[in-house]
Amino acid sequence: MTETLVLLSLPFLAALAAALHARLSAPIGIGATALNAAAAVLIAGGVLREGPATTAIGGWSSPLGIPLVVDGLAVVMLLMTAFVGLGVAVHAMGRSPMDAGPARLAQTRRWFWPLWLMTLGAMNALFLSGDLFNLYVAFEILGLTAVGLTALSGSRSATAAAFDYLIAGLVGSLMVLLGIAIAYAAVGQVDLDIIPSLVATMQGRIALALIVAGLAIKGALFPLHFWMPAAHSSAVPSASALLSALVVKTALYVLLRVSLEGGADAAPLRALLGAAGAGAMFWGGWNALRAERLKLLVAHSTVAQIGLIAVAIGVAGDGMLWKAAVLLILSHALAKAAMFLAAGRIAEELGHDRISGLNREDLRPGAAEFAFAIAAISLVGLPPTAGFIGKWILMEGLIDDGAWLWVGLILIGTVLSAAYLARVVSRCLRGGPHVAPGARRPEWRSGDAAALGLATGALALGLASSIPVALLELTPA
Amino acid sequence: MTPDLVYLATGAGLGALALWRLTTSSDPLRRVLALNVLAVGIAMILLAAAHGPGGADAVPQAFVLTGIVVLVAVTAALLALAETLGPRGD
Repeated sequence: MTETLVLLSLPFLAALAAALHARLSAPIGIGATALNAAAAVLIAGGVLREGPATTAIGGWSSPLGIPLVVDGLAVVMLLMTAFVGLGVAVHAMGRSPMDAGPARLAQTRRWFWPLWLMTLGAMNALFLSGDLFNLYVAFEILGLTAVGLTALSGSRSATAAAFDYLIAGLVGSLMVLLGIAIAYAAVGQVDLDIIPSLVATMQGRIALALIVAGLAIKGALFPLHFWMPAAHSSAVPSASALLSALVVKTALYVLLRVSLEGGADAAPLRALLGAAGAGAMFWGGWNALRAERLKLLVAHSTVAQIGLIAVAIGVAGDGMLWKAAVLLILSHALAKAAMFLAAGRIAEELGHDRISGLNREDLRPGAAEFAFAIAAISLVGLPPTAGFIGKWILMEGLIDDGAWLWVGLILIGTVLSAAYLARVVSRCLRGGPHVAPGARRPEWRSGDAAALGLATGALALGLASSIPVALLELTPA
Repeated sequence: MTPDLVYLATGAGLGALALWRLTTSSDPLRRVLALNVLAVGIAMILLAAAHGPGGADAVPQAFVLTGIVVLVAVTAALLALAETLGPRGD
């Protein structure tokens, strides 16, 4: 499996090269991101043809070595990371953060690429990992690089947010580490497939509870999301897009794995996820309704959407509903990346990002507003977007089970998301008499292309959702 | 058995103190220190748990070692961020 090794080593090597050669960092970065996407597609083809595969690195098998597991779920997450990353990389090529002077700008441009490539490598390692301790190591790399991305703009608010993020992240990983060590004491192994035997004993359940608590901090699951809105809203647009679309998903992915591996015995865990998710939908939705700044609204919307995904994992039980959770993860990744990039472009053109000042008479809505609107449609879950397919499968399953409480909660959450996104979209749509005849159009930038591409991806994924579903069939549950 | 219990209880106590400090303090330096105390507490729990009747198990010790490496890196990053923030804190 050469592709697996490419996914694991190429991003880190490229990060090193990009850090050493400041001038070449952008071409190295975009090249490595494109190669990574190609390798992910090759792996997906391999899994579709030959089914899931396990690689033992260096020929060392399980108790001693670290197994790499490539199954349907892992491949879907790898593809998501690769393509959303590619979109954001296109944006970063021509980026110009508004709150940075020329010196600061050069710094930001220079260090973005090494940080992003390390983040990519850590996420690849995480999705491929078949072993809890390896997951922990990947989380640590990811935590440090994600904090670097947060602090990249160099502004005071971003630095303060990065500090809080790093502290919260390390507390989360210490919980995970303690949980892994207790799991090892209980079972004598740290492979992911020990989870069924963990849920059977008291010590194992304590270990799992600690791991889940740590993951909830890292995944910004309500009520442990306190660090997240500030971090995601104060970073530069491309960093916000990566953090919100991809980095928080890694914790959700591991939670989903734990829930799937745990089977019927993990029901208390799922009940907890469902309750936290419902809380997140309302808390995030309420704060997004009240937010005054565009990026803060988008960040709070991430809290709410993570809640929806947690609810989907929570109600999935051991049936097939978890695929809805994965579709929601995918659609949120595409739509939220598009939304943050679009919000960044809108703020750049306007010179501010106050929602009350979004419709200006001398500026026509442009491509960024259009991309924002498509992304909003996907997040609310209107057809034909991927968000719609995910919610449809989820609601259908819940109605079949007669779980009307959850149906009601998800519907209320959907109405809330429509309400807060309409605050932005309605202002963007307000053309006609509000726009002066001589109003200028915003200039076309590569950032617009990236935002439009990602938003269109969320739309197209709804039409092509059979591809991820076919891949997910290849997950041994 | 008793020395093990002392280690476990001390580790848990250190962890609890550190968590309390982390949530109540707003001074960056105090929070960095609290984080280090938390990590030491957890390391004590792990080492005490690794000590069985047949001697020490190397795997949890390796976990602790990884944890220490990570902690050093994170502390350095936190101090650098705190320095950029200046003495006022958040």
